[in-house]
Amino acid sequence: MANPLKPLTALGNPTAQSDTIGAVTITENPDTALASLASRLGREAEVASLAASAGVPLPGPGRAETAGYGAFWLGPEQWMIEAPFATHEDITAVLKPIFTDAASITEQTDAWVRFDITASDLPGYFERLCNFDMARATPGAATRTVIDHLGCYIIRRSLTLVSLLGPRSSAHSLHHALVTAARAIL
Amino acid sequence: MSRISGGQIDRSKTLRFQFDGVSYNGHPGDTLASALLANNVRLMGRSFKYHRPRGVMAAGSEEPNAIVELRSGARQEPNTRATVVEVFDGLQAQSQNRWPSLKFDAMAINDRLSPFFAAGFYYKTFMWPAAFWEKIYEPIIRRAAGLGSLSKQDDPDAYDKGFLHCDLLIIGAGPAGLSAALTAGRAGARVILADEDFRMGGRLNAETLEVGGAAGADWAAQSVLELASLPNVRLMTRTTVIGAFDHGIYSAVERVSDHLAQPLPGKPRQILWRIYTKRAILAAGAIERPIAFENNDRPGIMLAGALRAYANRWGVAVGESVAVFTNNDDGLRTVADLKAKGLNVTLIDARQGDEVIDSAGRLGLKSITIRRSNGRTETVAVQALGVSGGWNPNLNIASNHRGRPVWDDQIAAFIPAPESIAGLSCVGAAAGAFSTHAALTMGATHAVAALADLGLTAHADAPTAEDAPLNLTPAWYVHSGKGRAWVDPQNDVTVKDVKLAKQEGFISVEHLKRYTTLGMATDQGKTGNVLGLAVMAELTGKSIPETGTTIYRPPYTPVAMGALGGRARGEDFKPTRQTPSHKWATEQGAIFVEVGYWLRTQWLPRKGETTWRQSVDREVLQTRRSAGICDVTTLGKIDIQGTDAGLFLDRVYANNFASLAVGKVRYGLMLREDGMVMDDGTTARMGQNEYVMTTTTANAVPVFRHLEYCRQVLWPDLDVQLISTTEAWAQYSVAGPNARKLLQKLVDQDISDAAFPYMACGNITVQGTRARLFRISFSGELAYEIAVPTRYGDAMIRALVEAGREFDAVVYGTEALGVMRVEKGHVAGNELNGQSSALNMGLGKMVSKKKDSIGMVLSQRIGMTAPDGYRLVGVKPVDPAQSLTAGAHFLAKGAEAVAANDGGWLTSVVYSPHLGHSIGLGYLKSGDSRKGERLRSVNLLAGTDVEVEIVSPHFFDPEGERLRG
Amino acid sequence: MIINHPLLGPRDAQEFIYLGDAALIHRPDGMAEGALERFIPYTYLRDNPAGSHRELWYHEQGDRSWLVVTRNTTTHEITAVEMARDVARKEGRSK
Repeated sequence: MANPLKPLTALGNPTAQSDTIGAVTITENPDTALASLASRLGREAEVASLAASAGVPLPGPGRAETAGYGAFWLGPEQWMIEAPFATHEDITAVLKPIFTDAASITEQTDAWVRFDITASDLPGYFERLCNFDMARATPGAATRTVIDHLGCYIIRRSLTLVSLLGPRSSAHSLHHALVTAARAIL
Repeated sequence: MSRISGGQIDRSKTLRFQFDGVSYNGHPGDTLASALLANNVRLMGRSFKYHRPRGVMAAGSEEPNAIVELRSGARQEPNTRATVVEVFDGLQAQSQNRWPSLKFDAMAINDRLSPFFAAGFYYKTFMWPAAFWEKIYEPIIRRAAGLGSLSKQDDPDAYDKGFLHCDLLIIGAGPAGLSAALTAGRAGARVILADEDFRMGGRLNAETLEVGGAAGADWAAQSVLELASLPNVRLMTRTTVIGAFDHGIYSAVERVSDHLAQPLPGKPRQILWRIYTKRAILAAGAIERPIAFENNDRPGIMLAGALRAYANRWGVAVGESVAVFTNNDDGLRTVADLKAKGLNVTLIDARQGDEVIDSAGRLGLKSITIRRSNGRTETVAVQALGVSGGWNPNLNIASNHRGRPVWDDQIAAFIPAPESIAGLSCVGAAAGAFSTHAALTMGATHAVAALADLGLTAHADAPTAEDAPLNLTPAWYVHSGKGRAWVDPQNDVTVKDVKLAKQEGFISVEHLKRYTTLGMATDQGKTGNVLGLAVMAELTGKSIPETGTTIYRPPYTPVAMGALGGRARGEDFKPTRQTPSHKWATEQGAIFVEVGYWLRTQWLPRKGETTWRQSVDREVLQTRRSAGICDVTTLGKIDIQGTDAGLFLDRVYANNFASLAVGKVRYGLMLREDGMVMDDGTTARMGQNEYVMTTTTANAVPVFRHLEYCRQVLWPDLDVQLISTTEAWAQYSVAGPNARKLLQKLVDQDISDAAFPYMACGNITVQGTRARLFRISFSGELAYEIAVPTRYGDAMIRALVEAGREFDAVVYGTEALGVMRVEKGHVAGNELNGQSSALNMGLGKMVSKKKDSIGMVLSQRIGMTAPDGYRLVGVKPVDPAQSLTAGAHFLAKGAEAVAANDGGWLTSVVYSPHLGHSIGLGYLKSGDSRKGERLRSVNLLAGTDVEVEIVSPHFFDPEGERLRG
Repeated sequence: MIINHPLLGPRDAQEFIYLGDAALIHRPDGMAEGALERFIPYTYLRDNPAGSHRELWYHEQGDRSWLVVTRNTTTHEITAVEMARDVARKEGRSK
């Protein structure tokens, strides 16, 4: 095409931004494609088996998993599926053939801003942000929570890495909250 | 003699501070109160009502008298208690409620006039004339009474909020709290130990008692060291637990920076913690209470335990000659400790029949008059008097859920009732067990029990300590003299006031409190409430528990408003949401408007335009003449899928949806169950079982909640799945006669009228990028809405503007959007006011009665369908030069502007550049049959009275030919 | 308050939106004879018990489940929390 549209990250830049404040590093991650996947009524078992054969994990409540695809639980019989953006930009086009009409699949990639956060003391950082009990969250824990009025998903990927998905339109507000909290625990 | 040996202050370091402009020295470990006493300053404040000279009474947060102002400029803080203020280098403190100086206070005349200022004085005196209250009485009273003053500047400091989780929260780090923390901490439980003091240990720091053979303070320090080494224990000093809430949630304020001149960069001044607990232990100790006698409020008269604390913990003797007036053995401890420090101590033991009946010394205690049991009186020169009428368990937090404390005769005090708060147990002095032994063992055993509830095993292992009884004989006030004996010194409530309350029939404790203001000052009656009750009990001949109890609401101590607000102030009050065109619009100098959290372009001024109307008129005219582009991303988008999705839409929309074809869009009207309109918007059928619903910007969240309610609660077996996609797509409206030509330059597919007719929708591509196109119109023009994944939104607005250059296309904001929708007679927020039905809006025919939908039944009830109900009308001024005012009411010509003549009101008003005059929409009674009528639109607030003509709400292209073009 | 979510465990009530009496589950059939007489009490009449109350709460800042919470209105004690969808089915709601 003559003039393909050029993407911007949620913070409004051509490339992802990263900020290090003390032992906390906050990095915008625009490289993950997202889609919600919900079982159609009565087809839960079918969805589970299709997912298993396609390498799409369907973790239980409060959990996230990686097995080829990444996924975390959104609600009863509903998950968020993660895949590399570079290869899965049109993620629903990839997933729909796998699940046929047994599941409802909706693109969610740009509904969210994702910040990957590393910190030596993740619990000490997150206690200034939300009521999620990070100290008791094992790797693989995932939940929805509220940070400064913004509904966010937290995925604890490892002891030192957390992904935070917040509403994309409020990327600046969320980023401001994250940076402010990092300064407060310096 | 003031500073004596011993104490937990660091004498190797000297701190300079000022009080009322005079410089003094203190040491790390000092409070402002201890440092002032060490400098022989006993006079620290003036009382609230009588402006009586006052000094420090207590040694903790219960202090009623030594209330001072800290710092200066924007950081000035009134009403802090000198007993909890930590001295730092450069601290500035001022006394308050005095003029011109603390030593000579002109308002002390109130003290001479005290017979006039008894309880109820204001209620009785300032009754007439009524108009005097606001202008004359109140300002005078406010100036005369009161406490400190505000800087009236913005607080320069930041405040944080935070969240903590634990198995066991222990409130108070005295012997009981430390013992509980050691027991639970050693067992591996997740423990938070919070104490309002900057040094843990509670009374052990103020005593010469031993624990396990070591000095109590040393045992406390050792215990704190051990606890600090346990990773499962969090120690929080300078942290006041201010309240207990439902289901184990406690609130606490941590004073992170108050002991510093100002917070370190980035650090908050205070943090408001929300603590989630499984179990909690209240080990908040006890608060000593005075015995009331004549002139018992002079600087130098304090609680006996405080006098002892200043000597033991801070190495301060308030005077060389002191006296102790007690009715219990704890008072004897003060005598012994002070004697051991070399002071000259006189004992007045109420249990022997001895009493203090008066005192002298205007600005500081000089002498007391004692009446011995044999009736002989003597006057003794002393600089300080310690008074002990016993100790009240500090049960404040335990009564937060209205659990009534119970009376314990043994200690003549209220103790917390068991199970006052689910999951909370009280230990040690807070439970009325006053010995060190009782505190240590009770702390340990209750920690074991709390952990057992959680399935954890712990071992109670408390060290040895004294187990002496209190041996108290109740004595509340001295029955002698005609002078005033203070019960609540902070609010200047005396024994006489309680007597007056009784005499006037205010006997119930709630009446007593409100009539005399007993316990209603900033200290909330921590030292005075039980004493006040006891006086009333004696007067009425009832027991104290029969007279009443006092319970407390949060907060335990005063909390800065800033701490409650946290970070949410100024620009950070709420988050903002930016639209995909925000960056571009900012570059263009757009004016933004807040719509909920969203920032939307309101209009885009061009060079030379000096008023908003010039910009908006241009945007409207140019859109109607050629093409206009508008960011409509903020509209809610909900993805609805499932084999029953069509049926579901039929249930939630009042109009028919089952017949909507794939690739088509329809306008939908959503009602509440009561028949009023909830929201409106378009829904597109993108596939066999796939729909995209749009909602108004304001209702995106409530509509989604409502749909989930319908799907889960009302029709749980419908095969419907929902997810919001509002943020996932950047959506732009392109409207105007040249809209198609403009878009065709960018869209890779054919979008001719034949290929993409009115109300069509579909997936397309924009220069290869995935996109969605909807041929819908809000402006009444040929229009499309085009959506691309949000990350391409910025590029899309730039591409649209570039493609529109040859058509001189404009980008328009919410104002122009509003003008065009009023010109077309479309309802929006002003009409969707929650009190309007489809019929009111002229959309009554849309409500299908052939199917069951939310609100269908009640939309047909009597009253909703009355022919004289409100109907949407168009309104124009008879004289086009006149402007309409939104909110103006319709009146018949000649009718008086009173509610009875009200015919309806103007909901929306704009200037139509197309018509060249002001136009409006409104609700008018029977409006659908009144076209051509002339009425007045009257707005008494704006002072407008305009003759108007009722017209069709469709001002522009009523047949809709343009949008089908 | 803490609501013990059947799937997610204890969650702060701040994450929820309160709707009211769970009797709302029993929406009358709008097409049935006498629907109007049934919809008026359904929409407007509520018991207001001092004590145990079954009520609808929505986990808006969570998994978007509607829950039926049995709560004592005088003590706030919560004795049961169920998925509203399960309750609705059990009480005869379907399509």
